[in-house]
Amino acid sequence: MTTRLIKNGTLVSDTWVLLGAATDRDAVAMMHDRDVIVPLSFWLSEQDLISSRPSRTAVWLNSNETPDAIAGSLDKLALVALNFPEFKDGRPYSSARELRQRFAYSGEIRAIGDVLRDQLFFMRRCGFDAFALRDDQDIDIALSAFNDFTDAYQPAIDQPLPLFRRR
Amino acid sequence: MPPALACIRSQGRTKTMYRYDQYDHQMLADRIAQFRDQTQRFLAGQLSDAEFLPLRLQNGLYVQRLAPMLRVAIPYGMLSSTQMRKLAFIADHFDKGYGHLTTRQNIQFNWPALADVPEILAHLAEVEMHAIQTSGNCIRNTTTDQFAGVAVDEVEDARAYCEIIRQWSTFHPEFAFLPRKFKIAVCGTQQDQAATQVHDIGLYLLKNENNEIGFRVLVGGGLGRTPVIGSEIKAFLPQEHLLSYLDAILRVYNREGRRDNKYKARIKILVKETGTSAFRDKVEKEWQLLKDGPLTLTSAELERCRAFFHDPDYKALPAQSSALETALNTDVLFAAWYEQNTSAHKKTGYAIVTICVKKTGFAPGDLDSDQMRFIADLAERYSFGEMRITHTQNLVLADVEKNELYNLWQALKTRDLEADNLGLLSDMICCPGGDFCSLANAKSIPVAEAIQRRFSAQHLREIGQLSLNISGCMNACGHHHVGNIGILGVDKKGEEYFQISLGGSADHNAALGKIVGPSFSQDEVPDVIDKIVNVYQQHKAPGEKFINTYNRLGMEPFKEALYGNKSDDHTTD
Repeated sequence: MTTRLIKNGTLVSDTWVLLGAATDRDAVAMMHDRDVIVPLSFWLSEQDLISSRPSRTAVWLNSNETPDAIAGSLDKLALVALNFPEFKDGRPYSSARELRQRFAYSGEIRAIGDVLRDQLFFMRRCGFDAFALRDDQDIDIALSAFNDFTDAYQPAIDQPLPLFRRR
Repeated sequence: MPPALACIRSQGRTKTMYRYDQYDHQMLADRIAQFRDQTQRFLAGQLSDAEFLPLRLQNGLYVQRLAPMLRVAIPYGMLSSTQMRKLAFIADHFDKGYGHLTTRQNIQFNWPALADVPEILAHLAEVEMHAIQTSGNCIRNTTTDQFAGVAVDEVEDARAYCEIIRQWSTFHPEFAFLPRKFKIAVCGTQQDQAATQVHDIGLYLLKNENNEIGFRVLVGGGLGRTPVIGSEIKAFLPQEHLLSYLDAILRVYNREGRRDNKYKARIKILVKETGTSAFRDKVEKEWQLLKDGPLTLTSAELERCRAFFHDPDYKALPAQSSALETALNTDVLFAAWYEQNTSAHKKTGYAIVTICVKKTGFAPGDLDSDQMRFIADLAERYSFGEMRITHTQNLVLADVEKNELYNLWQALKTRDLEADNLGLLSDMICCPGGDFCSLANAKSIPVAEAIQRRFSAQHLREIGQLSLNISGCMNACGHHHVGNIGILGVDKKGEEYFQISLGGSADHNAALGKIVGPSFSQDEVPDVIDKIVNVYQQHKAPGEKFINTYNRLGMEPFKEALYGNKSDDHTTD
């Protein structure tokens, strides 16, 4: 199944396959010709298998996992996905900012899990640039979320200067 | 922006308050449009209850026992006459004609209809008001001492910093879904009437040996089920680093605060479980990344914000007012009110007036719309069109000429606003309780009234300064832990009971009260308070306040008076 993904303000078709927390070597081996996103535990324990794959491998972090766990591999990761187990779990916002700010990560940061329309604006500000919406979300309504606010007081990834340095 | 528009848009606030520019206005307009859309999607069934919940909470909207409750933000308690009239309008048109002052210096309405809320927010925006982040697991309204800018003992006016924090915390993208609510207080006065030490972050303004302004930073204070006094993690934070340091604290909390148990999710639990020193290290590590970055406050921004809170056009007045002296000598009721409800002002010839919204027979902190409009008029006539809400649910007119105090008092009498019990036992902090709130175990308002009726004005005056705080449940909205006497509503086999604690304090010497013993029925509470007061009056040294007598004597004589030898149970039941 292809993911309904918003990227660069538009709906795009996506080829990455998201593998769940219980992923094992067999599952990844069967996907040898597909780009896959594996859980952190797999990423950390199966580097041999991952480096021998002909296709690309990315990693996803759950909300209780922090970017320093993958700090050493960020230069070879085209994509890091951050999972929202539920939309009220605010930890991935900090993870995204840390990836951009502390680790200067410039690849794709994808929101996965309980990704809803009304959180998209804040997600983008924190450095997410791809959004795998929960299945029931209306794409057109979701796309309008990025225009919820004209400006913002705080510095963030989308606007590095606070309003007080611009007003 | 064209000048005409600028003129219209600056309405709503006085020239000694922070005034919105086009950015602030746009932010509010965007928020209203966003919430209107969210409400419509909710009513159309496109948003579930659970999904709408945090969205409405972050716009101040609770679902209460009888109707939704809308909590309107009053940033650091400052309010103009125009804004107060708008609140009266909302009370009349969307509520049942009254509002309730809260311990976060906000006001809440208990009867609006959900579908009306976007409309109410639009009305509020006309006078530069909103309900943003007055609820929910986000950074709440920043509070301060109600005497900021006029106190005689002030280190520095906290209001500019409160406004800087307001803007930083408003729609902060990283901290909109914290483990739990988050409250910040800033105090620049010596006396601390802001309960600063029981906040998630408490900031005391101070100056170092080079006369530079900074903050003493406390974290992990709070009330609720597990009351804690905050711990110092920074003795002196230079003012320019305020926001980057707050960002660092919040990031550590957002990442590491507990999300598995609502009752262990406040930062106080994280600080306790981590240890103050280890928590400080984590904050410092985060801060190194942010320090000296774009969040560093520029002197231009500090100046810009300070400039809003300049002194009003004070007159040069003599220290003594003959009009005041005459009135004090001829009208004992006025003299009693003057003694209790006015405070020294930094400017010669002026006084700070506190209107005590605790008259017996009226729910503590409730104002009806006529009173709101009346106070707005009085503020315009006597106090430069401004007022402040206190965390003890009263109202301050901060800049009244001593010459006018008698006229002001006579006007207050015509609207039941002359209560002369400020700081006395009957000036209670009291939550709305089981009459309104769906969380409450017990009704707090009838208990407050029964206690008020028990004590005569003269008796109250003899007892002197004593804080009595009542919460209808352990969420502690009535701050019972930091009342000299605290009363907590508890559920005992389906019946409402009240647990009494003694020795709490919310000032610079913050302390948490200790529970005296087994709880009492509602009928018993006035007697219980009477007995406690009797013990104090028997043992007090001349001029000694209740809290000092209690600290000297300890719990035993109070316990003895309440339980005789029956109880040796130190804990709650």
